[in-house]
Amino acid sequence: MKALKQTVATLFFLSLLAIPLLLKPYHTTEVSDIDRNKAIERFGFFFEDATNSAGVDFVHIAPELDSKLNNIMPQIASMGAGVAVADFDNDGWNDFYLTNSGSDSKNALYRNLGDGTFEDVAEKTGVASLNEKGASMGAVWGDFDNDGFEDLLVYKWGKSELFRNNGGSDFKRVDNAGLPEKANINTAIWLDFDRDGKLDIFLGGYFREDIDLWNLKDTKIMPDSFEYATNGGRNYLLRNRGDGTFEDATEESGLTPRAWTLAAASADLNNDAYPDLFVSNDYGVSELYINDAGKRFIDISEKSGVGFSPKSGMNASFGDVLNDGNLSIYESNIYEEGNLLQGNNLWMPGGKGDSKEPVFQNMANGFGVENGGWSWAAQFGDLNNDGHQDLFVVNGYVSADKGSSYWYDFATVTGGNESIISDARNWADMEGRSLSGYQNSRVWLNDGNGRFTDAAPALGVNDKDDGRAVAMVDLFNRGVLDVIVASQKAPTRIYKANVTGDRSWIAFELKPKENRSPVGTRVLVRWKGAVQVQEVNGGSGYCSQNQRRLHFGLGSAKAVESIEIRWPDGSRKEIRNPEMKKLHIISQ
Amino acid sequence: MSAVATETSTNEPKVSSGYEPRTKSAPPKVFGIDPRLIMPLLITIILLVGQLFYGILESYVMTLTAIGSAIAVELLLSRFLTGKFSFPASAYISGISVGILTRSPFLWPFALCAAISIASKYVLRLGGRHIWNPSNFGICMMLLLAPYAFSTLSIQWGNNLYAMVIIWTLGSIIIYRLKRFHIIATYVPLFVLSAAIVTYWHGNSFLTNVSPITGPMYQLFIFFMITDPMTTVRKSKWAQSFVVFLIVAAETIFRINENIHAPYYALFIVGPIANVVEVAWDRRRGGE
Repeated sequence: MKALKQTVATLFFLSLLAIPLLLKPYHTTEVSDIDRNKAIERFGFFFEDATNSAGVDFVHIAPELDSKLNNIMPQIASMGAGVAVADFDNDGWNDFYLTNSGSDSKNALYRNLGDGTFEDVAEKTGVASLNEKGASMGAVWGDFDNDGFEDLLVYKWGKSELFRNNGGSDFKRVDNAGLPEKANINTAIWLDFDRDGKLDIFLGGYFREDIDLWNLKDTKIMPDSFEYATNGGRNYLLRNRGDGTFEDATEESGLTPRAWTLAAASADLNNDAYPDLFVSNDYGVSELYINDAGKRFIDISEKSGVGFSPKSGMNASFGDVLNDGNLSIYESNIYEEGNLLQGNNLWMPGGKGDSKEPVFQNMANGFGVENGGWSWAAQFGDLNNDGHQDLFVVNGYVSADKGSSYWYDFATVTGGNESIISDARNWADMEGRSLSGYQNSRVWLNDGNGRFTDAAPALGVNDKDDGRAVAMVDLFNRGVLDVIVASQKAPTRIYKANVTGDRSWIAFELKPKENRSPVGTRVLVRWKGAVQVQEVNGGSGYCSQNQRRLHFGLGSAKAVESIEIRWPDGSRKEIRNPEMKKLHIISQ
Repeated sequence: MSAVATETSTNEPKVSSGYEPRTKSAPPKVFGIDPRLIMPLLITIILLVGQLFYGILESYVMTLTAIGSAIAVELLLSRFLTGKFSFPASAYISGISVGILTRSPFLWPFALCAAISIASKYVLRLGGRHIWNPSNFGICMMLLLAPYAFSTLSIQWGNNLYAMVIIWTLGSIIIYRLKRFHIIATYVPLFVLSAAIVTYWHGNSFLTNVSPITGPMYQLFIFFMITDPMTTVRKSKWAQSFVVFLIVAAETIFRINENIHAPYYALFIVGPIANVVEVAWDRRRGGE
């Protein structure tokens, strides 16, 4: 009897050991092994790498920093490839700006020629040579002077720069705009936080602002903890005075924590018509601020559920993934099998959407969008016009020697006490090794029922560049979303979407009154029992900005019941039965 | 870990299944507290300090799942194999250890790791004792079988020195009163020596190689794994210290080969070998 019981216990034990093997197939969302034709048939679209045919030949160059950091230079100089989309000359075709970072490198402004090709006009418009002092990290377009033309903010390690758009012909640097003289900024967004009709700026600092990365006093520049760091750069909220200058409203707004901010995005999350703010921090927890009627921001990070579980936040973007009229937040982190399984966050709203203080729950696991890799920018958009917002995520940190990894040394020092981890001298020499390099992007396709499937390779997204920024944009005015991917030390790629079958769509270009920026405008589209919300934002993702237009895929819908527009000033407009397969230009 | 509770089970009704330890005397009382509760109290304090100072728990549900799974399997197997429910203190410790050390975005690895840990105690036995430290076994199995969904705590909780001082001081006092401080006194200097060897080998910073011992993973490793009375050899302090030396030697080899989970694998290999040798030695002497 004893032997029998022992045998049963042993079988129980063995069955426990077998469970991981049985569950493994359920822990992959990738369908890279399916045939390309089957993928097209199943998902209704594919990507074509149109980089060359579009005439885009941009290659990012990393910044060269103080040689005291040579041991970990590939890590430190691992950011700077950004992309921002706008129709800067108002010719009806989307253009895009790319940031470079090497001291001799030039940023690029690709003007859409309307024939499927682009021309780099950065040099002749005056926004190319910005990296002699400092290094560009990204850029965002925003019409801060309400003249109807998108102006350009280039944020940098060093002094960020603001350029006024001169009627779509060229740009003029705005001197003494009130931007910080010196800071290490890794994210910036435009938002009209006080709803006075003038766009304000949020800047997120990464390294402390007193650190000159080209002339270091010492090497104590690293985070004082891998997940609980308190020594990051300060953030800035700059209020637009309306005279071409900005005043520092950070203290009074309450945006004072010193986290290592890498991404921020703004949208109205509690339906009070004021823009709220989500901040994604490396080496720490995320922050969520609710706008208190334009007077200040109230920190509800912990109350809302997003302020626990410190990870390596690198992205902030919004999407209505269930077509229920509520915005979710997607935040990228690190997922390295066997080493560090933070997982990306999909913050789904819970409770009442109109609650003053919304509550979120991380549902990335259940929706299948958790395991990205070492993830950076992510954007929502309906890539196949099936009526559901998909998710494009780029991955990869440092792609160097393919045969060796820096993970052991990375894990060793990140386990150390403040005095060890915070000094770059204590970080082992990378010696050309990779750190989570050569990773695929994820093209997560939304089935509309709470499940995403990654089909990137099968759909034609095969590059293994160290992706940083992503922008979704209808580059060729075809009623589909193409994708621009900017990668570190690699070419920028244009993924042209080819949607098969007869799927419908509708898009909106929004023009608030008095030439105001459309940032903050919200559109709700109702069709076939679905209701999808999107909001024009002033930058989202990581060092990225999507097109200004709002694009809604409609699948097989025969008609759109109605659209509801809420303008930045809170007023609303409803349009019934708008025409489909059309870009609607709507003025307030 | 589990062993303290098990070793102190001499005051409980004896079961005749051969699963009870072969202790000859009850362990010393510490601060007048029931000795079965000492280690559960210590690990609870570590958990609370970690949570209060740093908010370490990503999810109460995950930690409770690990604890619940460990206790459930303990009760299930003890009842099934011995006819009696065992005192679940050791399972509680294993559950918390797994709950703290497991890093996974999923819930099931917490439950499974805890279950494997406890089940190993009842299956992998020799000479009437289990030969692997339960949570060390569970963690290593998960690392080997489920790297896609399981990793371990490897980062610093934070830099609050008070928290670290509290954990080290309290832990050391308790381990001292339990007469196992020599294990820590052997391990820590040898770890520093190991760091020097790894530094020489890799040519990088000595501080970098010492740094992991300042983190919470090593605190749990030291206070609840290598000092586990049930899975360390019982011959003498010198024998125990020699095994610690072998563990550090194995750990050094793993670290030279850049294995992130070096301490777990070192104990996973050396611990049971030492126990098997001791059991064989005992049998041989018993035969003579």
